[in-house]
Amino acid sequence: MQFSSAIFVLFLALTILLYYLLPKKWQWGVLLVASYVFYLSQGVQYIGFLLYTTVVTYFTGRILSARAKKEDDFVEANRETLTKEERKAFRASEKKARFRILLCGLVLGFGLLILLKYTAFFAGGVRDIVTAFGGASFKIPSLLIPLGLSFYTFQSMGYLIDLYRKKITAETNFLKFALFVSFFPQIIQGPISRFGDLGKELTTPHTFSAGDFSAGLFRVAYGFFKKLVVADTAMIGVRYLYEHTDTQQGIYVILLILLYTAEIYGDFTGGIDITIGISRMLGIRLAENFNRPFSAQSVKEYWRRWHITMGTWFTDYVFYPLSVSGGMQKFSTWSRSHLGNAVGKRLPVYFATIVTWFLTGLWHGAGWNFIVWGLLNCFVILISQELQPLWNLFLKKCQKLSGSGFFYCFRAARTFLLMGLFRSLDVYKDVPLTFSLWGSMFTTWNWGELFSASGLTSFGMNLWQLLVLGAGILLILLATNLGKKTPLWDRLASRSVLAVALSACILTLVLVFGSYGVGYDAADFIYGQF
Amino acid sequence: MEKLLEILSSLHPDVDFSNAGDLIEEGVLDSLDIVTLITEVNNTFDVQIPAEEVIPENFSSAETIWALIQKLDEE
Amino acid sequence: MKKKWKILIPCIAVLLVFCLAVGFLGKLFEPKYVAEQKEGGMIRDYYKETGSHDILFVGDCEVYENFVPAVLYEEYGITSYIRGSAQQLVWQSYYLLEEMLKKETPKAVVFNVLALKYGEPQNEAYNRMTLDGMKFSLSKWNAIRASMTKEESFASYLLPLLRFHDRWKELTEEDFAYLFSQPTVSYQGYLLQTEVKGGVSDREGVPLTDYTLPASSMAYLEKMRALCEEKGVELILIKAPTNNWKYWWYDEWDAQVKDYAEAHGLSYYNFIPLCGEIGIDWNTDTYDKGVHLNVYGAEKLTSYFGKILTETRSFVDHREEPEAAALWDTYLENYYLAKGDSK
Repeated sequence: MQFSSAIFVLFLALTILLYYLLPKKWQWGVLLVASYVFYLSQGVQYIGFLLYTTVVTYFTGRILSARAKKEDDFVEANRETLTKEERKAFRASEKKARFRILLCGLVLGFGLLILLKYTAFFAGGVRDIVTAFGGASFKIPSLLIPLGLSFYTFQSMGYLIDLYRKKITAETNFLKFALFVSFFPQIIQGPISRFGDLGKELTTPHTFSAGDFSAGLFRVAYGFFKKLVVADTAMIGVRYLYEHTDTQQGIYVILLILLYTAEIYGDFTGGIDITIGISRMLGIRLAENFNRPFSAQSVKEYWRRWHITMGTWFTDYVFYPLSVSGGMQKFSTWSRSHLGNAVGKRLPVYFATIVTWFLTGLWHGAGWNFIVWGLLNCFVILISQELQPLWNLFLKKCQKLSGSGFFYCFRAARTFLLMGLFRSLDVYKDVPLTFSLWGSMFTTWNWGELFSASGLTSFGMNLWQLLVLGAGILLILLATNLGKKTPLWDRLASRSVLAVALSACILTLVLVFGSYGVGYDAADFIYGQF
Repeated sequence: MEKLLEILSSLHPDVDFSNAGDLIEEGVLDSLDIVTLITEVNNTFDVQIPAEEVIPENFSSAETIWALIQKLDEE
Repeated sequence: MKKKWKILIPCIAVLLVFCLAVGFLGKLFEPKYVAEQKEGGMIRDYYKETGSHDILFVGDCEVYENFVPAVLYEEYGITSYIRGSAQQLVWQSYYLLEEMLKKETPKAVVFNVLALKYGEPQNEAYNRMTLDGMKFSLSKWNAIRASMTKEESFASYLLPLLRFHDRWKELTEEDFAYLFSQPTVSYQGYLLQTEVKGGVSDREGVPLTDYTLPASSMAYLEKMRALCEEKGVELILIKAPTNNWKYWWYDEWDAQVKDYAEAHGLSYYNFIPLCGEIGIDWNTDTYDKGVHLNVYGAEKLTSYFGKILTETRSFVDHREEPEAAALWDTYLENYYLAKGDSK
């Protein structure tokens, strides 16, 4: 079942009813059952993979936690007798041992992800090389990719790393842990939660709160609006444009960038709104994943505002560990003494940044387009980092300009367009094709074509759909603006009745203007010769 | 502490680190600075700042960084 | 406690208004099938029908285009009703019959066998035109379950808004005028066609690899038979005439139906070879080159079928019952008025 299906609405209503009506100690049990029902409904064949990750992570976690406790107990017991150096040495050797356990867990956990998601891609690369040298081509079996695999694997592996770092202690109840991995609102598309935040939240009893419930409901309705009215309507144009890249170039590439931005924004932030909204209806707080991303003044800031939980995952678990690791420290010392301070201190960080973005690209999908996309982001971030001093100087010199609203909008628009440009790699998929289409923006001057009488309907959308999309975007802008300081749903938390009434209005709009179902074509209803 | 302030000043000569506000929140230190800082601190104070300690709370001011160094030395 | 109610009661009110709005919008956006696509309005016509019937026809276009209840009454005093719709599949006929037999017990049910060739759900739009007109009941529920194509969702039958929400931009006056009640579009289930387009359909018969009628459709025929038996109603099978029967109805199918009828002691009338005897002139009696009959052909077929019925079975002549006669005379008048009008 999908979020936007009648059966899911029924399922959700039933889950919420049971959740609040049954005794409180059963609440997390209700969630666990609901989560597994939800995941099973996505395809029975996926369940084995989810169980595998759950079991592997659970037991690795228990072992890690036990070892850490033993270490602490030992140090505590022998605090008097051990010297500081001995203590440090003991801790260091223990840390190494725990690291080996962690590594086993990571290999087992990420192993499945790599096997299922990336084997075909790497094998394809190998095949290209083999055939380039005259070798025989071979067939690559296509593997089943379980839904939400990337998300729940990352969440589980984050749990293990946090255990290794002694930030948390392991969950001892297997079923409670299984809920942390499978919690249904977030399993398909995140946010990627940390056990420290979500673990207890999921399993402690929650009392019904009208404020939270109605605020959550409002957010769910708003999420559906973004998804069905904006994203799915924009998708009609996006699909047409990428299916007709032979003719739809130049201005149409810009159009695709805008439409796809609307689509991905509506789909992803809307989906997250639904996820967080549902959780809130259950009294559970999830980490935010977006913070008005299109107000970002730079690419770097954009990544602090867009898909936040993934960004922090990579920063905390890849970028910093890599850049402060022993090997990197040695590399840093070496490069500074050989290449001079300026270049030397940059080299290791650049290396870590590039690796992080390479992996971020790969995380999004197994394909060159995603890797190129990740590296382009990285490139812009590093360049702007280098130009920062110059930029600061400029801002200081032209304070009148740099403080103006116009300049703020200019920078936001620039970031918006740049990110949209990169994102079009998602749609066109083929990297050389994408580059040539980007080129066509400068070589094919067909602006007149789009802004002619028939131009507005030349990309697969009719005027009504454009109208709905435009109005939908305006409404979202308005809502975002109203929620600038405090998000709308939080403002509504104290006014339950208003929140419920607004939710009903929004849902009515969604039901009428959403792009869903088969659509109505009167011609289908004319009886032919049967 | 003196040595730490020296390292910090070498990163951003224009900032008065002994009186500055939140270094992370206000965007004084970015990831590049933090990594460089950690390398310097590790070399100077003979500690190992592990990745798990790289969190905003530990790097928000010269005092918190100093506290972190001391904590790591003591553990 | 008081505070709780202060929130709960308005919320329940909002919920009610929301449900009403969804229901209302569904009604508004649903096609009304009055001026155009009348086929979609025929199933609901039955609920406006008063009086009982001797004969109930069920089936697809081969019943609702080919028999005229008014004429059957005029000539033989037999009262009848046709519950047919566009490409009405066997299970749809079955559940419609089930619904009707809860309300009335006719002497005989006439089922046209053409639909037996479809063993699977066919077309979303025709499903809609058949099922949306049904009032909610267990029969409707089952009919929907049996009829849905893979892409359809059950919920959209319960909430028509989910299916027709897209019509917000093409609402017409008709949608408002017939919001809650629609006029009948048929004459006791007969859809009037006065156009004349003679000739022979040029569609070629294609040899099939397997001529066995699908087990699923035959199973529903069996259910229909059992239902009639249970209610003490005779089931009569017919195959309506067409001039291009090689394309529409294969001999092999005919043989299977014949066998079935024989095995269960049912009457089966195949009108295809009887066209000459019925008096059908393919130059004047069809509106689509012989696939369906127009009103002139339908009157001839009705006449012929009525003769068979009265010769082989006994019927009360309702023309001599004042109450029934009063009702059916108005039906007759309406029918001739409409027929004359469209000339």
